[in-house]
Amino acid sequence: MRKAQAPAGAQDSEPAIAGAPAPGAGAETDAQTAPAVSLRRAYATLGGRPVLRGVDLTVGPGETVALLGANGSGKSTTVKAVLGQVPLTGGELELFGTPLARFRQWRRLGYVPQRSTAAAGVPATVREVVSAGRLARRRFRPLSAADKAAVRRALELVGMADRAKDPVDALSGGQHQRVLIARALASDPELLIMDEPLAGVDVVSQEVLARTLREQVAQGSSVLLVLHELGPLAPLIDRAVVLRDGRVERVDNPDQLHDLACHPHGSVPQREGAAKIETGLSMGEPTPGARV
Amino acid sequence: MTEMLSFAFMQRALLSALLVGIAAPAVGIYLVQRRQAIMGDGIGHVALTGVALGFLLSTNPVWMAVLVSSIGAVVMELIRWYGKARGDLALAMLFYGGMAGGVMIINLAPNGSNANLTTYLFGSVTTVAASDIVAIVCLSVFVLAVSLGLRRQLFAICQDEEFARVTGLPVRLLNLLLAVTAAVTVTVAMRVVGLLLVSALMVIPVAAAQQATRGFAATLGLSVGFGVLVTLSGTVTSYYADVPPGASIVVLAIALFALVTALAAPLARRRGKAVARGEEGGTLVADGEERRQEGAAERPTRV
Repeated sequence: MRKAQAPAGAQDSEPAIAGAPAPGAGAETDAQTAPAVSLRRAYATLGGRPVLRGVDLTVGPGETVALLGANGSGKSTTVKAVLGQVPLTGGELELFGTPLARFRQWRRLGYVPQRSTAAAGVPATVREVVSAGRLARRRFRPLSAADKAAVRRALELVGMADRAKDPVDALSGGQHQRVLIARALASDPELLIMDEPLAGVDVVSQEVLARTLREQVAQGSSVLLVLHELGPLAPLIDRAVVLRDGRVERVDNPDQLHDLACHPHGSVPQREGAAKIETGLSMGEPTPGARV
Repeated sequence: MTEMLSFAFMQRALLSALLVGIAAPAVGIYLVQRRQAIMGDGIGHVALTGVALGFLLSTNPVWMAVLVSSIGAVVMELIRWYGKARGDLALAMLFYGGMAGGVMIINLAPNGSNANLTTYLFGSVTTVAASDIVAIVCLSVFVLAVSLGLRRQLFAICQDEEFARVTGLPVRLLNLLLAVTAAVTVTVAMRVVGLLLVSALMVIPVAAAQQATRGFAATLGLSVGFGVLVTLSGTVTSYYADVPPGASIVVLAIALFALVTALAAPLARRRGKAVARGEEGGTLVADGEERRQEGAAERPTRV
């Protein structure tokens, strides 16, 4: 929290970027392919309180965008608005070039919610939970052999294939997070949306998450992540959008952002900060910002 | 036993007990999964108004109860959507309004008295008439078609409703369908166990089954098995011991829950140890102790 608020004070050196947040968000739109997410001047309220106050956010094809900001800055609400779960009171949202009201291709989205600790009242196995992700493609038809293969593949991607028959309640936080990621990957999405995927996740699972993301990006998927800090994901982020009080405060390239996230007061020795980005994924030696 | 089966009223009783034994846990599992175990009880209260209306209007109380309890269940579902603040109070008013409405209306009916309600409140499976059987069979088929045919979709919704919405499933429609199905189940089961005990049959077999299972499909199958076991044995018990079937079914269900819990506890402990030890049991050959320690420390997952 402390860190995420800090960029406000630390941004004096980049007036050009901070001064024009709205158009900056859409700058990288590919002219030929529609962006996966195009959110323009979005306003939303929760319980009568304005939470989003003119947010612009674009995720281009194959782009990985991180949403950063303090608690209450509107990160999660932005994600829920993109998913159509929080209605916009103003502004526009297009998914893959289609306005939300007409958007029906939900299978193109893979959503990884913030991991909740509240368990359901009935036990469920890892495979059963991941199979639910396949419903985006099957809807009311029975699951075919291809669907079961997709579920198995998703479990293998996150290294949980051997736990398929275990109840989800028996998993650790990091393993549970990997199951939720597999559930999102089961529908072979083109856009992966993750809300705080690193929260309460052990180092091994963080590495698995980073590797999975890298594979998805290599296949051309777009990714939208809500993060508290970049941690081991820093090398994967193309662009980071910092929210503050429901507005886009700044749009940064990840190099500067990594420094800001790890060393909010600008005290980082530049050389060290840069080196950490390159080696951020080495096993067993995560970046210092990963779990601070 | 053959003597018992030669009576037409016992044939009807056992058939309805069988259907209720399958249907009640098959719907109840979704309510338990969503931590709404008490919802069946609420619907039961509302159904009482429907039964009384049936008497007042001289129509079949079962169909009237289906109608009124379905409306009640839909209202409860709407309260869950919109009434974020004090939803519990709204539900309480619905429950007791349904109960009071039933008692009031039955006394307005010609020749009506609270005694008419007793068979519905506590169940009276041995008085199921041939005309009731048709209704019970039709409604059971509907309940099973929904609860088993849509099990993957309903599982997804009850496990993580937000995620289910993002997959594009018609979550609101399915929630309403589940509410109506629960209402229908309550009315089917009211002749067997009674409106005051119906929730027990939707919840206790599920609670017992999940003591011994690790997944949803297994819990669904086992709870239906438990449901059939207690409804049939409860009905037979009441034939020989001359006790009300609803009460004996619920007492048997609780006894079964206690038994399964007692048997499952050591099983779960052993299983837990096996998981903790890792699955390298097969590779532990000569220096097993050493490798086990290594595995526990270095390998949190079995890659």
